[in-house]
Amino acid sequence: MNKNMKILIVDDFSTMRRIIKNLLRDLGFTNTQEADDGSSALPLLKASDFDFLITDWNMPGMTGIDLLKAVRSDDKLKSLPVLMVTAEAKREQIIEAAQAGVNGYVVKPFTAQALKEKIEKIFERVDA
Amino acid sequence: MSMTERAHHDPMVEYAKALLTQLESGDAVEAMHTIASLHKARDQYLFQEVGKLTRSLHESIKNFSIDTSRAGSATQDEMSRMQDASQRLNYVIEKTENAANKTMDMVESTIPVSSQLGGRARELKPEWQRLMRREMKPEEFRLLSKEMDQFLDMTVRETSVIDSNLSNIMLAQDFQDLTGQVIKRVIQLVQEVEESLVNLVRMAGAIDQITGTKHEVPEMKVEDTGPNIGPEGPIINPEKRLDAVTGQDYVDALLSSLGF
Repeated sequence: MNKNMKILIVDDFSTMRRIIKNLLRDLGFTNTQEADDGSSALPLLKASDFDFLITDWNMPGMTGIDLLKAVRSDDKLKSLPVLMVTAEAKREQIIEAAQAGVNGYVVKPFTAQALKEKIEKIFERVDA
Repeated sequence: MSMTERAHHDPMVEYAKALLTQLESGDAVEAMHTIASLHKARDQYLFQEVGKLTRSLHESIKNFSIDTSRAGSATQDEMSRMQDASQRLNYVIEKTENAANKTMDMVESTIPVSSQLGGRARELKPEWQRLMRREMKPEEFRLLSKEMDQFLDMTVRETSVIDSNLSNIMLAQDFQDLTGQVIKRVIQLVQEVEESLVNLVRMAGAIDQITGTKHEVPEMKVEDTGPNIGPEGPIINPEKRLDAVTGQDYVDALLSSLGF
């Protein structure tokens, strides 16, 4: 796993972005950027070469699931690994995210360990 | 008052009895008078009942607490309690956000300090072990003593930084008390509003009954929109919900059943 990979963290709460950013730094990933919803994230994703997207679901403006769908339908972005980190915990939602092509799903409140495991699992598959 | 008692005292019942007697005895003129009186009594009765109910309704509306019409009063009064509740909840968001940021500030400034201490201890350890094994030459020992002295000074200095950061983290948790009180007040308001609403519905129903008003109630169409899969934020009682998972393990199990 490339520790220098460029990661975009999307969450409407700055404290949650900060927590995720800190956890990623503990895991050795320091190349991170932030956006506060899907509509501000999408232009960033299109304009720059991100290697990984971590997004919340429930956000004003564009939600995380819509962002995921937009990423999957964009030629340039469609294979970008996406991890959803969200409080949304309905079965139907998890299934919807899976069908939309999410690479991992972490429910809040989460542990540093859970985040680490999911990221490792995603990149084991991507790198394989 | 029981039904028979009430009937006994009700002037309408008296008039009705008199009317029956008058009609049976063929006293048409008196019967007409009685009918007129009966009419009047009915109107009066309705008037009184509606008046009573209207007063109760007015009281209920006044107690509803979201009335913003108290013009000309002090600023505090002009603000409805609903607005007040929103402001209070915004205060909760602000307080919890500040506390989270303050705590993270302290953690972020503590981590490098404790890492530095640990790092320095790890560097000194092999040297110290050589000393313990008596493998150290006197000049090396003098150097180590100096380094050890500096390390102890640094430890004393830096642990006091860590201590102070930790107590600041503790102090940052004081929001819980304040936000708890605010949220309790908002819960109280919501309960009052609910009670008042139920009261309003009851009053309106009673007035309709007295006046014989019938409302056209549009038929409520229960549309089957399928399962609700819109975002709803944290689920507070996942163990009672059939449609929600209770934790990461369940998410993982569900995803792996889908071939993830």
